[in-house]
Amino acid sequence: MSDVIVEHIVKRYGDLTAVDDVSFSCDRGRIFALVGPDGAGKTSLFRSMCGLLDFAEGRVEIGGFDLVSNFTAVKDILGYMPQNFSLYPDLTVEENLRFYAGLFEINGKAFEEKREPLYAFSGLGSFRKRRAAKLSGGMKQKLALSCALIHDPKVLILDEPTTGVDPLSRRQFWQILRDLRDKGSCIIVSTPYMDEVELADSAAFMHRGRKLAEGTPKELTKLYDGAVYAVSVEPSYAMMERINALERISARRFGASVHVYTPSDMGEAELEGLLRQHDWQQAHIERISPELEDVFIQLMGD
Amino acid sequence: MSRAVDVVDLTKKFGDFTAVNSISLSVETGEIFGFLGANGAGKTTAIRMLCGLLLPTSGSGTVAGYDIYKENEKIKHSIGYMSQKFSLYPDLTGMENLTFYGSVYRIPRKQLKDRIDKVIETLSLADFIDRPSMALPVGWRQRLALGAAILHEPKILFLDEPTGGVDPVFRRRFWEMLYRLAEAGTTLFVTTHYMDEAEFCGRISIMHRGEIVELGNPKELIKKHGQPDLQETFISLISAEANNA
Repeated sequence: MSDVIVEHIVKRYGDLTAVDDVSFSCDRGRIFALVGPDGAGKTSLFRSMCGLLDFAEGRVEIGGFDLVSNFTAVKDILGYMPQNFSLYPDLTVEENLRFYAGLFEINGKAFEEKREPLYAFSGLGSFRKRRAAKLSGGMKQKLALSCALIHDPKVLILDEPTTGVDPLSRRQFWQILRDLRDKGSCIIVSTPYMDEVELADSAAFMHRGRKLAEGTPKELTKLYDGAVYAVSVEPSYAMMERINALERISARRFGASVHVYTPSDMGEAELEGLLRQHDWQQAHIERISPELEDVFIQLMGD
Repeated sequence: MSRAVDVVDLTKKFGDFTAVNSISLSVETGEIFGFLGANGAGKTTAIRMLCGLLLPTSGSGTVAGYDIYKENEKIKHSIGYMSQKFSLYPDLTGMENLTFYGSVYRIPRKQLKDRIDKVIETLSLADFIDRPSMALPVGWRQRLALGAAILHEPKILFLDEPTGGVDPVFRRRFWEMLYRLAEAGTTLFVTTHYMDEAEFCGRISIMHRGEIVELGNPKELIKKHGQPDLQETFISLISAEANNA
């Protein structure tokens, strides 16, 4: 069954529609990634889903309970990790955990029992006496996640937990998410990193308040209409301008080579002819798979 | 022409803690150099030394041809710096911000108008230059911040995660602008957690626990370490000491 159901959510700030008719659902034991740039509406959507913001239209159901009419029940099964670091910098790792536990009336022995498994998965045990302010970026995020997990929520909503975090820490963080998922959690996570889509069970692209597409990572990749070629040529600004002035193709530098995007009705031979006309004679052309980012850009319609 | 950055055994200690441990690197004029590393690896400390904001404990070298100990004031005037956090005045328009930065860098009034026009043209800022900066989408704000950072025509531009939070279309345009600056002879020194952007660099270094553990062309490094991509290469290089905060 779906632990999270979001139906036709609309959130407005005055004239600005931050979330525009977004629906999705996520089953237990699954990770759903919401991908989009700053200003896409991800945080407004998540805050609406956690009961922190009133929304104009739509409904949210979490663990079978309606968010608005049964908020008390939802609160017990929902863990939310906000985007901004929300811990107390002057408190130690353990004091932060104890504080969050206290909010859910988990005290004394019950707290000690909850604490140990959280230390085990986060690797924070040996830093329990360190002040939160002195942790590295990746460790701070693990502590914030631990605080969100203190009351064993079935549903986790994580707002950009890996933004600004290095690739290794991101990999470790996602390993923790996958372990939680395998134990039955339902995890909704937003991210600006396209590569994290591949680690989720399903994902949606969000841009300017709207959901552009939804599917498994494979399904999303297949949405690309057209072809992508890697052209080995030392590019110059003038060359790029010439190619990008053409109507049917576009080009993007990729270090010492160029990726060229062609419509589906253009073959390799036609592309080669076009490039030759524009002084790209030396080019070696190789068709490559589109990336998720290419799909996103195409869906943005830019 | 000297190298843009040329440092040997650069070290910075804070008390007992060695933040940067004997790093050596040289960056050629016009190169796009990616300066990567884990959170807390010492990148920021290293960059602050290269920008003339922090004196090294030991080591030697030059930035923009100036000595990092004796001529750090000259270094500050030869470089541009763009941080990930938007550092312009939100209430001012783009034009007002550029004019303000021009006076901070003491660009003579007669020259300033030409400089601003040139920056507007290079970065395609014309459409939104008269709007308050806070009303701009993130990608435009970052372009404006880049404009302010290059107004005094620095020889070297330090960019600290310049594309964080920017949408992918803007990210691509932003990089096209960076390539254009590099072609015109500006040296770019970029930090990023996006591994695809690291691949756009001519060379990268990977820093871990205060040391540069690898340096070279991204494609060659991937090959050398037998990994499928740069992300895996990065992770394999620094994962040995994974859980040390």
